[in-house]
Amino acid sequence: MPLNFPQAIGGKLLFFVKNLSVLLWGSILIGIGLAIFSYKAFVLGLPTSPGQQTKTWTVQAQITFKGQRGPAIVDLKVPKITPGFSILDEDFISSKFGLTLQAERESRTAQWAIRRARGDLVLYYRLFVAPSTRFVDWQQKPSFPYPPDFEEPYASAIRAIMDDVRNESADVSTYTRELLQQLNAEHPNENIALIRNNARDDTAWTMQIIDILKGVRIPARILWGIPLGEASNDVALQQLLQVHNGEAWLTFNPRSGAEGIPDNFLAWKTGNEPLIELTGGEDAEITFSITSSYRDLIEVTRLGAKQLDSALLAMSPIALPVPNQNVYRLLLMLPIGALVVVCFRTFIGVSTFGTFMPILIALAFRETQLLWGLLSFSVIVMIGLFIRFYLERLMLLLVPRLTSILIIVLILMLVISLVSNLLGLERVLSVALFPMVILAMTIERMSITWEEHGAREALYQGLGSLLVASVGYLLMSNEDLTYLMFVFPEMLLVLLGLSLWMGRYTGYRLTELWRFRALASDQ
Amino acid sequence: MMFKFFASPASLKKRGLIGINRRNADLIMRHNPRHLYPLVDDKLITKQRALDAGIPVPELYSVIQYQRQTHNLAALLKQHEDFVIKPAKGSGGNGILIIAGQFGDHFRKPSGELVSLSELEHHVSNILSGMYSLGGVADKAIIEYRVKFAPIFKDIIFQGVPDIRLIVFLGIPVAAMVRLPTRASDGKANLHQGALGVGIDLASGESRGGVLLNRYCTLHPDTHTSTAGLKIPHWDAILRMAITCADTVGLGYLGVDIVMDRDLGPLMLELNARPGLNVQIANQTGLKESIRTIRALTSLPTDVDERIQIAHSLANVARADASGI
Repeated sequence: MPLNFPQAIGGKLLFFVKNLSVLLWGSILIGIGLAIFSYKAFVLGLPTSPGQQTKTWTVQAQITFKGQRGPAIVDLKVPKITPGFSILDEDFISSKFGLTLQAERESRTAQWAIRRARGDLVLYYRLFVAPSTRFVDWQQKPSFPYPPDFEEPYASAIRAIMDDVRNESADVSTYTRELLQQLNAEHPNENIALIRNNARDDTAWTMQIIDILKGVRIPARILWGIPLGEASNDVALQQLLQVHNGEAWLTFNPRSGAEGIPDNFLAWKTGNEPLIELTGGEDAEITFSITSSYRDLIEVTRLGAKQLDSALLAMSPIALPVPNQNVYRLLLMLPIGALVVVCFRTFIGVSTFGTFMPILIALAFRETQLLWGLLSFSVIVMIGLFIRFYLERLMLLLVPRLTSILIIVLILMLVISLVSNLLGLERVLSVALFPMVILAMTIERMSITWEEHGAREALYQGLGSLLVASVGYLLMSNEDLTYLMFVFPEMLLVLLGLSLWMGRYTGYRLTELWRFRALASDQ
Repeated sequence: MMFKFFASPASLKKRGLIGINRRNADLIMRHNPRHLYPLVDDKLITKQRALDAGIPVPELYSVIQYQRQTHNLAALLKQHEDFVIKPAKGSGGNGILIIAGQFGDHFRKPSGELVSLSELEHHVSNILSGMYSLGGVADKAIIEYRVKFAPIFKDIIFQGVPDIRLIVFLGIPVAAMVRLPTRASDGKANLHQGALGVGIDLASGESRGGVLLNRYCTLHPDTHTSTAGLKIPHWDAILRMAITCADTVGLGYLGVDIVMDRDLGPLMLELNARPGLNVQIANQTGLKESIRTIRALTSLPTDVDERIQIAHSLANVARADASGI
């Protein structure tokens, strides 16, 4: 007879390759998982542990105007690009008004409309923001402006200043800095004094600078924003100067010359278009008020995720609706429990009833807490076991017997819940959440093991199951871990890689060191 | 002898001990393709294959496949004074019921305990509903010849049927032990149920010291006779049977269970695609060295005698190793 044992001889290389590819796949998966994790944690700035709090601000714009008994339309520019902040949420409060929100690439306009505007009318726009480390910037490139026609005597003064500044600068950035320095100098020369006197207020001053910059064909614009400080009921928009150096918008303070967007400056809109436009009404007024509060970072991250266009975050469960989120909060912990089972079975050698039954018990413990869970589980299984031994004497067929056990388990759970309700023990009430089928199967398996392998083996496996379930519960109910799995689901790849690695573990189990001790004691 | 509660992994490695994890990954998954499992997991198929290959097996009396057949049980069993009922897909010796004789309406177990016909029917119905089968799938009940064990073991046996377990690797026997039921094991030959495992020298077929519940022991716990020095008759025939079994089913890592019948000689009882590792404890030697030697062979001999020679030489090496420590 020809010998044909699979992979008998010469299979060694193939086997080695198999080990190697498991090692490789595991490493690749763990590598990818950790890479995505690091990107999200360190680049996108997602917190790696729960309970971290962050300051959030609520900015409210109140618009009041008088209606003219006819149709009225209110256009309000609302923020879109907000460097340093993420928009968590926004509310438009306006009874009777119809609202449309128009978004363009870098700006948004809220439009309230009403058929008949009568008397004093109030509209609110409320914005919730939180600091964010995520990089956001204006991307749209401006066209080169045409130099404006300056009137005399300003024209010659401006030309003189432009020549001065040009000599002492190299590029857009240094030109702007030098210009602002000269214009704001403590001891201005007569040219500068002339220009200064021409600007009546801050806006005129900034527009003046923008015109000068246009004269040398540097695209410049005004940036309006709100300084987020202490709570205040009357905050005014502040302005900053922005110039484009061909790649990005650079921000300067038109008075001090300070570069960059200051901390806690919430960008609201850019350009000269009015903040608010009203047709069909009069006396439009807008006031801003701000309040601040502390909120959980994860909540903020979750809300902010909606605004982020990062594909990685869009694929994270925090982007899901809340009810689905709670399901995944639970499901994402199952692999942790499965890994606990792997460790206990492969490395330690603890026997359990069924492979993943301990995880299901552990899930039930989440509702009852560990101690009550262990207690009620043991009580139900014990009573069920006694009844099962009696059923054995009735010689029932397998499936009807299992059904009987299922019903008995349900009765037991009901009795326990009713009794604990009478005693006022709320914890035990949740025993009803125990997976009944699991309990019934445990009782059946345990009684068979009991009869065939003895009480010792049955108790040993029962205790093993409870031990694994308890450790699984402790890990699966760990808040830090739950948070980590939920916000960083790429950890699944890491867990997958780990389980691939563990799948090729061929070393001894801890229990084998005990089992084979007779062989070592000879030496 | 220094007693240790735990062995160090290094000392086990030195002994060439194979752990469950290594057995699963390195032996079973590598050498036992899953599609061959039904050949050994279903004892009916095993029996048929063995008969085809000329391997002696206990005679099959009848097979019960449907629940309603259990009502004809009395008629079926009338013609046999003694018999064994077992599940076709059982594992670990579970669900095996041995009947040594009949007393009117009752059946007598070897222990003397009486079993009523209805209890027997219930047992059969449990088997059919898959209570003892792997994964709980519906099963068949086999009724077969009850082995009358040869008197060779009578001094070191309490009751029940002792069986000889051989481990065959790539068609070459690498280890053997005899499993002796004890009072504690309730007549079952399962080591983890308290049966006594006694190592057998592959070359001579002679028994050695034994292992009881993971402890080394040289005396039978019930009869207090030495387990060592017993020569098993027909040893080379047994080796030949084991080799033929391996060739028949094609599993690279195979457990072969053989019983000694008083009249019929060695009979193959069942095969196991996932044989356990207790044979290592019984023999006080790990399997690793033999497996490495066989894997290092440039080609596997097809000739059975040649393979028996290799098995003998493996035993001699192992013996030298064991005494050298």
